[in-house]
Amino acid sequence: MTAEPILTISGLDVDYGTGASGVRALRNIDLTLHRGEVLGLAGESGSGKSTLAYAVTRLLSPPGVITGGDVHYHRPGGGTIDILALSPEQLRAFRWQELSIVFQGAMNSLNPVHTVHSQLTDVLTAHRPGMRAAERTARAEELLSLVGISTDRLAAYPHQLSGGMRQRVMIAMALALEPEIVIMDEPTTALDVVMQRQILRTLVELRERLSFSVVFITHDISLLIEFSDRIAIMYGGRIVEQAGATEIYRDPRHPYSEGLLHSFPALHGPRRELTGIPGSPPHLSAMPTGCAFHPRCAKAFEPCATRVPVLAAPDADQDREVACWLHR
Amino acid sequence: MTTEQAADARTGTDVVLEARGVTKHFPVRRTAGDLLARRHRTVHAVDDVSLELRRGTVTALVGESGSGKSTVARLLAQLYPLTAGEVELGGTAVRAGRGRSFRRYVKQVQLIFQDPFASLNPVHTVRYHLTRALRIHGRAGSGDEELEKNLAALLERVQLTPPRQFLDKFPHELSGGQRQRVAIARALGADPRVLLADEPVSMLDVSIRLGVLNLLRDLKERLHLAILYITHDIASARYFADTTLVMYAGRIVEGGDSETVTQYPAHPYTQLLIASAPDPDRVADAQAQEETGSGEPPSLIDPPAGCRFHPRCPKAMERCRTELPPRFDLADGRWAACWLYDGATAEGAAK
Repeated sequence: MTAEPILTISGLDVDYGTGASGVRALRNIDLTLHRGEVLGLAGESGSGKSTLAYAVTRLLSPPGVITGGDVHYHRPGGGTIDILALSPEQLRAFRWQELSIVFQGAMNSLNPVHTVHSQLTDVLTAHRPGMRAAERTARAEELLSLVGISTDRLAAYPHQLSGGMRQRVMIAMALALEPEIVIMDEPTTALDVVMQRQILRTLVELRERLSFSVVFITHDISLLIEFSDRIAIMYGGRIVEQAGATEIYRDPRHPYSEGLLHSFPALHGPRRELTGIPGSPPHLSAMPTGCAFHPRCAKAFEPCATRVPVLAAPDADQDREVACWLHR
Repeated sequence: MTTEQAADARTGTDVVLEARGVTKHFPVRRTAGDLLARRHRTVHAVDDVSLELRRGTVTALVGESGSGKSTVARLLAQLYPLTAGEVELGGTAVRAGRGRSFRRYVKQVQLIFQDPFASLNPVHTVRYHLTRALRIHGRAGSGDEELEKNLAALLERVQLTPPRQFLDKFPHELSGGQRQRVAIARALGADPRVLLADEPVSMLDVSIRLGVLNLLRDLKERLHLAILYITHDIASARYFADTTLVMYAGRIVEGGDSETVTQYPAHPYTQLLIASAPDPDRVADAQAQEETGSGEPPSLIDPPAGCRFHPRCPKAMERCRTELPPRFDLADGRWAACWLYDGATAEGAAK
């Protein structure tokens, strides 16, 4: 894998609301996406994983505000774009062209009163003003066949398609301008396992062919282990561990990662008694002091309740990071 | 399971709730064309479903969305009238209508819903929800003191301790897992024999799902409840249920001991379901990705003739297109509704 970065996030802070009623949703996020890799972002509800996706794409709507940090996009040919400093016009040109997003609940993201054809060509009309109508239709057909839908569905309205097909249309739309980065926010959560696997398989094939990078956000860590190259695990608005997918699976370092892995019953192998994690995820408005996980952590000790552990390599030579006092 | 219970299992006396040939068709709103053609269309939501819920046993019903598994739960809870078939509670056929007979029925058979955010009334406290369940089912006791004691016992049973801390809370003050525990406590307020749990953990955060499942298992063991666990997650069925039934397009296609069904799936649909489930070991073993079939579940307004899985089935034969496969018994009390096992013995079942 080439280690060339394409998106770097450093020290990103996001608040919801300001002043006394404000809560901090993301704290000091450092994350790098490399060219051509699938980065999995795992966490429970309220861990900030969707907020991160919205902040990076500048889609965060009030009361969400980015209060600190940088997000840089590195062009394939060289040159760096500061995403947080883009003007509205520049942002409009940047989005979808360089970076696209497939939303959570994408099944309902299509406009019900427009056909698939008009929604797919809409992107092209906006970003490729010189394109002729016939060319746009040809491209829309090409996109549909790319995601495995027969081209005669182009004239269909969203309600005439199944959930899985709607999701495929959303993916086709995200790929319309051949972006470098596709962010997928829980793209298959509403789908059944059979459809989920079909769509993910399509995605893996497309990535090999078109070589874009993917940020894959989900709460299902067993899915991430199978489909991503690297995984970052979020808890309470921070990244608590990041490492290669197999390293996370074989040897999780953070007690939360370990707990999360033991929250999914296995389909094969010996039947083990599993416990999940005691307690429940913290509320943004009542975040514990120190390490946010310490009230639920079986291994918590003296510094955990008072001091926040920083994300750093547990051993000198490893390409992984963990934010836990156990590994200091 | 004790030897005594095992003996019960053989003689069949511990079947608490039984469905026999349960069928439910929902009418489709007629269009002008239907009226002219005098057509009555129906959704074949559940067809010919038979299952037994035994005392102290968890039975999982696994299927994709739209397979009719929630409809089965609602039929067993007598929330819908049956189109055909019978539901037997403790050996006698029941067709609870409304009012007193329905209340007598729900005292024994309680339903837990998927969404604990929607199933608790946001303007009432935990105390109100539980008191109401106890009063309705005549278990509130006499006097405030006894009621208080019963309320505390209910909360302790679902591991919400100390009870005082939770009694006067409103649903919004509780986490998802705590809310689902209150919903379970409310169901236990009736002192039921059967618990129908319709996706009880799928709305909860992943780290707390197992806590709720372990609680349900603990209740099963201590109160000898018969639990129907409805889920789309076959791995959790393996973990939690003793028996697993697999449902596809309104019909049960395979059933048997959970371990056998998940380790050696017999029906091609179960095989597809297992092959599709996320499995971290798949990567670790560097196993070649075999083609697991494609397509989508059929429309239930006009379901395919013969086996409903045949349009997607890689092993479909001529016969599958026309004739509906009956249950074929395999080894270890397992069965599959698939023509592959016609006359075959259990060897055919192992992959």
